[in-house]
Amino acid sequence: MSGALLSIQDVAVELPTPRGNLRAVDRVNLTLEAGRTLGVVGESGCGKTMLSRAILQLLPKKARLSGRVMFAGQDLARLEPESLRKLRGRDLAVVFQDPMTSLNPVLTIGTQLMETIQEHLELDAAAAKKRSIELLTAVGIPAPEQRLTQYPHQCSGGMRQRIAIAIALSCEPKLLIADEPTTALDVTIQAQILDLLAREQRRRHMAMILITHDLGVVAGRADEVAVMYAGRVVERAPTPALFKRMHMPYTEALLAAIPKLETAPHTPLPAISGRPPDPTRPVPGCSFAPRCRYAAGRCHQAKPDLSAAETAGHFYACFHPIRMAEGIGA
Amino acid sequence: MATLELSLPEEVEQPLQKKRRLGFLFWFAICWIVIIFALAILAPILPLQNPVDMDMLERRAWFSTEHWLGTDGLGRDELARLIFGARVSLTVGLCAPLIGLTVGGALGLLAGYFRGRFETLVVGSMDVLLAFPPLIFALAVVAYLGQSIPNLTFILGFLGIPAFMRVSRAATLTLARREFVIAAEALGATHARILLRELLPNVFLPLFAFFLLGVAVTIVVEGSLSFLGLGVPPPMASWGSMIGEGRESLEVAPRLAFLPAFAMFVTVLAFNLVGDTLRALTDPRQGAL
Repeated sequence: MSGALLSIQDVAVELPTPRGNLRAVDRVNLTLEAGRTLGVVGESGCGKTMLSRAILQLLPKKARLSGRVMFAGQDLARLEPESLRKLRGRDLAVVFQDPMTSLNPVLTIGTQLMETIQEHLELDAAAAKKRSIELLTAVGIPAPEQRLTQYPHQCSGGMRQRIAIAIALSCEPKLLIADEPTTALDVTIQAQILDLLAREQRRRHMAMILITHDLGVVAGRADEVAVMYAGRVVERAPTPALFKRMHMPYTEALLAAIPKLETAPHTPLPAISGRPPDPTRPVPGCSFAPRCRYAAGRCHQAKPDLSAAETAGHFYACFHPIRMAEGIGA
Repeated sequence: MATLELSLPEEVEQPLQKKRRLGFLFWFAICWIVIIFALAILAPILPLQNPVDMDMLERRAWFSTEHWLGTDGLGRDELARLIFGARVSLTVGLCAPLIGLTVGGALGLLAGYFRGRFETLVVGSMDVLLAFPPLIFALAVVAYLGQSIPNLTFILGFLGIPAFMRVSRAATLTLARREFVIAAEALGATHARILLRELLPNVFLPLFAFFLLGVAVTIVVEGSLSFLGLGVPPPMASWGSMIGEGRESLEVAPRLAFLPAFAMFVTVLAFNLVGDTLRALTDPRQGAL
């Protein structure tokens, strides 16, 4: 794994709960090269956020992490807190889902931006201010100088997310984790924010992990997509290959659940029936089997491992993969 | 995905500075506090009579040009005693909650942020402190260390620590779960930085409002302690001890108890009003978080 900037090996996260151990992330393997984008897709509670927290080592105190998180040749899970702290912010940055809560409500935008810059880049106040204004301009905020003196509550949601992105980008990170960056935003703003992220990523040649529940979001923007279900990666492929030919019934079902423009109004959406399995009660077989329309005998007894498809770099975990020439509705 | 990029020249709206009407009562309260403070600070250089000089021929004298507010049961000038009493009441009233604010606030912040054993220890010891009868504690300290203003301040400040700790811890607990704290950690902030720069500015608002209420309560408590004879040592005046002394002549000269009571009442009211207004001013922003 020499070329990879980030390589996650057999990462599992367990959270002790009153109802037993909750396996939030189950033996996940992923790699990401510098300058590339990995999309992580899955429904709520499938372990996407826990995976991102595991990479950043920001798990809840009681969580148990196993496996290796190799970032630029270092295992983050075994790093001293002090060196980890220096890595965060400078090399690793994150944009959270809700810009309403990810900015400190009682500090001005200028204070929040400039303190991060001063802390990591060791600039004086004037230089930090200049850099803050550059950053705010880069993320498309008009009149950045006035914004610096304002508080987060004086900005709109999209504006706040742009500011959060500016803070994350302030120290030129090598890896940016965007944890559902557009979920809390208006649809019209979503595309702008995603385009902004893509543009800044290209310009800075950083790697990005784009976490979302919307396959449409990753479609045009990620180089590779990993689909997660119940803590496991169930399908992983380069984006074009995935949309051309998906093998996992879950991916298919996710895609089918996206409303389409050409269908007539009031057509019921093909929702995925049932609910995700209780993560504290692991099932012996494939965790998607109870909801899968292709499930047969073996699916309920054994867990399928990730196996390679014909296309290079395409992996799926299914006993009865979809063998169709073209994906559904892609 | 085709996106419609709207690049209209966005006008930068200046943040709307809402003119809040603070109201007559607020300004009245501010005026009263300023006057009382000015009088208390300037007391030694004001042309006042000595508050401990007795004039046995002029006991309980009515208002006159010589004694503007009359004299008390021992013929001491009532106005001078009121103003010198304000010095004691305000010193104790401000310093004691300050002890609570600093110690209790810091403990609550640390307990709410670090949780675990430390929190259990802090909360447990505060419960012990709360369960201990405050009057017995005050009596014990006064008996061992003697009756003086620093001791009185220490007792009241110490007894205020649990309340401040609780306010601070409760605020920290809700804030420490907020994403901006995780975001700060993700940006490589140290614990000290998160505590001082991220959490403290947020926790400070409720703590300060509580502090102003604490000032009001402490002035009253100091009064009660002085009334019980546990407060300042006798020749010195404080509002509480003046009420206590005035009680003896309540039937002949009720003003001796009512004048300091009125001063205390208006001061406490003023602090409460200012505290409430400040809380209301900062609340909408809290609500918009």
